[in-house]
Amino acid sequence: MTDERRGMLSVRDLRVWYGTERGAAKAVNGVSFDLMPGETLGLVGESGCGKTTLGRGLLGLLPRGAFVDGDITFKGKPMPPLGSKEHRALRGTELGMIFQEPMTRLNPLMRISEHFEETMQAHDPGISKDQVRHQALEVLRVMGIPPTRYRSYPHEFSGGMRQRLTIALALVLRPAFIVADEPTTALDVLVEAQIIKILADMRREFDTALLLITHNLGIVAEACDRVAVMYAGRIVEMGDARSVFRNPEHPYTRELLRSTISLDTTGLTYIPGAPPDLIWPPPGCLFHPRCPSAMEVCSKQHPVPLQLDSGQRVECWLHGPEDQIPAGGREPKVMREELSLADEA
Amino acid sequence: MPTKPEAKGAPHRAAHAETLVAMRDLEVHYALRGGSLSRLFGRDVGTVKAVDGVDLDIAKGEVLGLVGESGSGKSTLGRAVLGLAPITAGSITYEDDQIQELSGRRLREIRRDLQMIFQDPSAALNPAMDIETAVGHPLKIHKLARGAELNKRVVDVLERVGLSPPEQFLKKYPSDLSGGQKQRAVIARSLILDPVLLIADEPISMLDMSIRSKILQLMLALKAEFDLTYIYITHDLASAKFFCDRVAIMYLGRVVEIGNTEEIFADPKHPYTKSLVAAIPDMDPDRDAARDLPRGEIPDAASPPLGCSFHPRCPQAFDRCGWESRDLRTLLESHWTKVPESDYDKERAIIGEINELDEPSYKSVLPAGPGHTGADVQRVLDVIKSDDPAEPFWTGVHERRVTDSGVEVDFQEGEDPKLRPSGGVEVACHLY
Repeated sequence: MTDERRGMLSVRDLRVWYGTERGAAKAVNGVSFDLMPGETLGLVGESGCGKTTLGRGLLGLLPRGAFVDGDITFKGKPMPPLGSKEHRALRGTELGMIFQEPMTRLNPLMRISEHFEETMQAHDPGISKDQVRHQALEVLRVMGIPPTRYRSYPHEFSGGMRQRLTIALALVLRPAFIVADEPTTALDVLVEAQIIKILADMRREFDTALLLITHNLGIVAEACDRVAVMYAGRIVEMGDARSVFRNPEHPYTRELLRSTISLDTTGLTYIPGAPPDLIWPPPGCLFHPRCPSAMEVCSKQHPVPLQLDSGQRVECWLHGPEDQIPAGGREPKVMREELSLADEA
Repeated sequence: MPTKPEAKGAPHRAAHAETLVAMRDLEVHYALRGGSLSRLFGRDVGTVKAVDGVDLDIAKGEVLGLVGESGSGKSTLGRAVLGLAPITAGSITYEDDQIQELSGRRLREIRRDLQMIFQDPSAALNPAMDIETAVGHPLKIHKLARGAELNKRVVDVLERVGLSPPEQFLKKYPSDLSGGQKQRAVIARSLILDPVLLIADEPISMLDMSIRSKILQLMLALKAEFDLTYIYITHDLASAKFFCDRVAIMYLGRVVEIGNTEEIFADPKHPYTKSLVAAIPDMDPDRDAARDLPRGEIPDAASPPLGCSFHPRCPQAFDRCGWESRDLRTLLESHWTKVPESDYDKERAIIGEINELDEPSYKSVLPAGPGHTGADVQRVLDVIKSDDPAEPFWTGVHERRVTDSGVEVDFQEGEDPKLRPSGGVEVACHLY
């Protein structure tokens, strides 16, 4: 990992822990990454790996009682403490969010025009309705929504159009950074493909940095520049989307790709077991109990983050460093605890 | 690595093998209720044709996939087989019985043979019932077992679906289980009556990517073990390709293409099938996806498009496909998303009220706005046409007449395509 500060958003060692009766659940536990303007970073992993917590954490949308620590630089300046008043002021104009279920984000009693007026007047109380209309129509056009529908109500739109409306509402203030949390999961296949295309166009037109959270690896391959694979609160592999998909370096990434059903699927594979308990995670590498390539060292020490020659950053003992693996540590872990279905995801 | 068992040359129409379920001209229409006033005056507010004339045979031992977007009628069709959706016309034959004529005791008896696996396992299990009660419940309802016998069968079936050791799960509640485990419990509950046909409605789409394979693999193993027949309802073509022997592609209540899985995927014929295949996000980074996606979304089933119901979205549509007044509105609106705001304001003033175009018709009138004439409207249309002369809409325009108050646009009357054999499959499209 280079420690050079670059890009629009730079996150170092971010932690988000939730207090529970049993102890702290380490939902995000030491995450670092950078994001350039106009870049799309895909965030993938199974449910319960901390993807959504990370996304919401960056926008300060965490529930009360969440403990946040880490170092975030936004546009060259330190980000105000997550959840603070100064941080809240950034939302909308600098930080935006696109949610999974569009209908719950639109007020059924308000016309589309009123949604735009409310959003824009909250940040610029003096803005006139004509100015709002002008800017809104421009964004709506990119989203493929005809201007004739500007005064319609949300229920007059189809599901895909509603999602495009919420994207338009997030974009109209031209935020520099947007988190999209499973933006197409509630949509049909064809509409999903349309929205992915729109997201791809968006980064060209608006130069927005996008963190795209999804469990659909195909979407990442098509819409993202880089991909971060998250497991149990940590990014275990990150790199150029094409090279990660072509040549996954972490066993978790490899197994995740193999278990996805695609048109080329001729046999079924899956990852045994489930993501670990985030309160009492396993010792050593968090993935070792499920890992087909696990070695002796994996159950004892947490792997060291490494920058590989391929450009990928990975946390896995398979890639060394040799000098930190104790003698005999490379032996395959023979006594792998039998994983029963009791632990299935 | 378990692989898919060889399809044993499943015939395209199941006619040669033993037919288990036969649907003929099946229709499930729901009457719209409308407001209280229209009900009071007996006004007809229309019907939603959820399933509209489906002929389908399901052979014993096959996996038939019903594939389509939401609103295509695939779930309704599955439910109709169980007698859970009102069959308004046509027939479903199971063994010697006509399901649409059955009620009461005989329908309940048949339902032992026909079971369902639901999409959302959290919603399909009663949160207040432990797994033992929930899985054993069908036996109780049908009064087939009780006491020790009931307990034994529950333990057996839990073992079969992989919830083992069963003792560990018997007293658990759905909230104690993970998504995959809950779906296994739902499958166990559908298996306990020793069914013949299982209707699986999106059984894996609510589950995490990493365990979808596991559930599909379980379903394949159970099929072999219990000699089951599946109707697999899904919007996910990738899993259908792997899992099904035959696939029926549905759109707005109709089957638009049906055939053996290999043939459908080797050479998708219907433009809708083609676009479904193209829409699957591709994980292979070396294939660059230049995709032609259909525009728009699945239309309102209460007033489907005239002619072929896919024509408004179809990239290959031509004159006979049923172009009509509503497509004219879509054309104008899509044009306006492409021009600058000032052009839109100008053109919008030239053209009058466009809401009347919402009434489906092969004859439409595009009125001129106040202070404008039909010639002005005609000029706008000419501009739109010259911007994109390849737009299939124009193939359907029979005549444009300029009047003082607007432009009358007549369309060529469309035909509704019927399923016809083409190659090894059947397809409902004028191209074939």
